[in-house]
This record gives sequence, C-alpha cells and structure tokens, in this order.
Amino acid sequence: MAYSEKARNFYGNELKGIRQGGLYKEERYIESPQGANIKVEFPMGSSTKQVINFCANNYLGLSSHPDVVKAAHEGLETRGYGMSSVRFICGTQDIHRELENKLTEFLGTEDTVLFPSCMEANAGLFEVMLDKEDAMISDRLVHASIVDGMRLCKAQLFNYKHNNMAHLEEKLQETQNCRFRLIITDGAFSMDGDIAPLDKICELAEKYDAMVMVDDSHATGFMGKTGRGTHEHCGVMGKIDAITTTLGKALGGAAGGCVSGRKEIVELCRQRARPYLFSNTVPPVVVAASIKVIDLLSKTTERRDKLERNTKYFRDKIKEAGFDIKEGVHPIVPIMLYNAKLAQDMARDLYHEGIYVIGFSFPVVPQGQARIRVQISADHEIEHIDKAIAAFTKVGAKYNILGKKRDEIIAAYGM
Amino acid sequence: MAEDIKKLIIDYVKKEYLEEDSGIDVNENTKLISSGIVDSFSMVSLKMFLEKKFSIKIPDEKATPEAFDSVNNIINLLKEYVKL
Repeated sequence: MAYSEKARNFYGNELKGIRQGGLYKEERYIESPQGANIKVEFPMGSSTKQVINFCANNYLGLSSHPDVVKAAHEGLETRGYGMSSVRFICGTQDIHRELENKLTEFLGTEDTVLFPSCMEANAGLFEVMLDKEDAMISDRLVHASIVDGMRLCKAQLFNYKHNNMAHLEEKLQETQNCRFRLIITDGAFSMDGDIAPLDKICELAEKYDAMVMVDDSHATGFMGKTGRGTHEHCGVMGKIDAITTTLGKALGGAAGGCVSGRKEIVELCRQRARPYLFSNTVPPVVVAASIKVIDLLSKTTERRDKLERNTKYFRDKIKEAGFDIKEGVHPIVPIMLYNAKLAQDMARDLYHEGIYVIGFSFPVVPQGQARIRVQISADHEIEHIDKAIAAFTKVGAKYNILGKKRDEIIAAYGM
Repeated sequence: MAEDIKKLIIDYVKKEYLEEDSGIDVNENTKLISSGIVDSFSMVSLKMFLEKKFSIKIPDEKATPEAFDSVNNIINLLKEYVKL
C-alpha cells in the first residue's frame, strides 16, 4: 500500500480548501421517485421532509411517468438488464437503432448515434470533426462538458462574448484561413435560461462558410412549437450540422445522450468517437423507455404546452411579487440576488418552507451574479407554483428585497 | 513604452471580455482571472493576441492563470520574451 500520510494530508487539505471556499457540494438523499413532490432527508440523518421540487431538469415531468415506467419494465423483460459490451462488439440491439431513428425523425436531422451521456457526446464530437488546421469558435458560457470536449480536440480555440453576434462575426473574420470552422453553442444556457440566437448564428455561418454545433440538452422535448428544440424555436430546423442532447433531462431523465446531425459526421462518430467506442452501450431498459418518451412527445404537445403555461405563470407571478429575474421564456428562471450568502440563506429558508431550490454563486456563475435558479416542470400544478410564490414572497420580505433592483440589493448586501 | 503596452493590453481586455454596460474598470492591478473577468478557458484569446502583437510564442506551461492574473503580471511575463 503506497497511500502515504503525505498523500492523505494533501487530499484532506484540498477538501478543506473546498469547504473553506464555500464550494463543498452536499448531496441530499431523496427517498421517493423524482417528481413535483419529493421526500428529502436533509441534513443527513434528519427525518424526511416533503418538499416541492423546483430544481430538477424534469421539465416534462416524465421521470416517473407511468407509461415510461411501464415501457422500462417491458424493456427489462424483453431485452434484459445489461449488454456487457460496447456497441460495436455485441452491444447493439434492434431497439438501439430504433431509438436512433426516432430521435433523427424527432430532431429533423439526417442521422443519430447514441452515447452513454451528453457529456460523452460532447467529449467525443469535436475531435472527430476537426483537426489542427481547423477552428472551434465557441460561446463563452457553453457547458463544462463542451469545454472538456474542446480541450481534447487539436483545432484552434476561439470564443466570443455570450450571445454576442458582432463578436462572433469578428472571430469568423479572424479565422478565414482555417480549413473548417465550427460555431459551438448551447441552445439554452443552463444558468441564465436564455436562448442562443440560432437564426442569426446560422446566417453568419452561411456568410462565412462555417458549420454549427448546438448542445440542446436544456431544450430537447419542449422548446419550439412541437418541442423539437431551440432549432425549432429559432426557425432553423435542418440547418444545424451537429446537435448533441441528453435523455437525462426532459426525455425521461435517466441517462444517455446522442449526436444527431449530418450523416457523415454521425457515421464518423461511430468509427472514431472515443467515449462512444470505449464505453458500454446504453442499457436496454433506458432505450425502451426513451422510445416511449419520443412516441409520447410525437403524438401530442400537451406536456410542453403545459410547461409553457406554467413557466409564463411563474415568471409573471414572481415578477409581480417584486423579484428581479432574468427575463425570457425558458423554464429555467434565475431569481437574481447578486450576493452569494444571500442566495444560500434564502435557498435554506425556502427549503424550510417546503420549496426545494438551490443558490448558485461564483465560480458557477460570474462574480456578483449570485442567484437562486428555479426550474419549472410540467409535473407542477398551479397549486405547487402558488405555494412557491407564497414562500418566495415570505422569505423575500424577511430579507427586505421585494421590489428592489440590482443596485439596491447590492447596496444592502454587497456583491 | 511600458505605458503604451499597459494601455494596449487594458484596451484589449476591455474590448474582448467586458460588455459595454459592465461598469467594471480595469487598471494594471485589476485581478483578471481570479476575479472572473477572464475565465481560464477564455484566456487563450489574450495569449494569442499577445503572441501575434509581439511575434513571440508563450509556452503553455508559462501561460498560467497566475501569470495572466493582472496586466502587471502579463507585462512581467512578456519581459521574458521581449525587451520592453
């Protein structure tokens, strides 16, 4: 055993540093299925508390939907539990290809390949598409998994200010000599709930002969009139060269992701994307349930319509209550508090009121931009949202921030 | 000369990293990386700008977040490669 005192102390000090920096992430034990009402054990060892969940990515409320659970059971019965293989040895079942085809149709692309997660799709895609004579031109606020994927790729990296099209155009002009350019963005950004202007991005891509890649994890299933994603929302279906997305959020929330787009890019991912080649296949039970999810969403827009109504209702009511929010249409609603301690204290008080939300601060969001992120779901009923508004109003009054704008909150609490 | 270079880098940081309405002022001592004005991922464009401007190559192991944490730090780094 070579786990020395020196190593133990080093790792221990690292953990101490994380705690002292206020960055230690505590896990809370949930003793129920995912949904609007959950039972949570927090702090550890305390009795469970019934709370309304406003921090899951369960946008369409499908995580515990009876039809999805039933399809998972059927998948388990008919195709087994595990495949004990990567895809290309003996890990591809008929249902894997069926799900890929359904995703292709749903997203309006040419082809799709499943990955164990969207993190892995992002880790594999860029290296497959680009080499050192190429350029990646990325929005500065893209998800961490994209940043990791770009680090694995030899192409030159450029980035532009968040959603700033003039800055993107400058970068496109700077990189005219590269063989291929790929514009890289999230469809919906997870901390601000804002949407990339994909219509303008596609115009610029056409003007400068660049390709476009979008991570639509926070949009697939509900953004756009029929829930296809931000490409539908922005009117550019068929124009995105590579979409990565997840089955782990709105689409049932279990696991898995994919790359969907131009057929040659997808086929090359099957041949060369290392996270695809060297990870186990997506479990049959997840595949079977995901097929049911796509079928449900292709049949009716009922759930995304309800999510849209819930989102509008919450956004209107929370503004009326006097909170400063980031405007938008996405079910991610950032309640701006600017001060990290204020965000943590309010999230804790809201939990005591039965509302489960999380405060976010630097370095997860920029310095001085601390917030509580609320996530609305189609699983919420109006009564759930009313309870949240009442709790926010009570806690907001306690901290005297109702009706206060950014400068006033900063004057009272600091940044 | 040193003043000109300071201004050149400050102007670039403002243009490249700050929104017009950010209200953040940058001087030679302003913390760039540790304050979050420039994240370590976006630092690459600042490095490329300096390399192009001064026709130098800064090795990756020298381009640390500490070396880029203020305009003064950057000038100290540059002094290793160019006569300022």
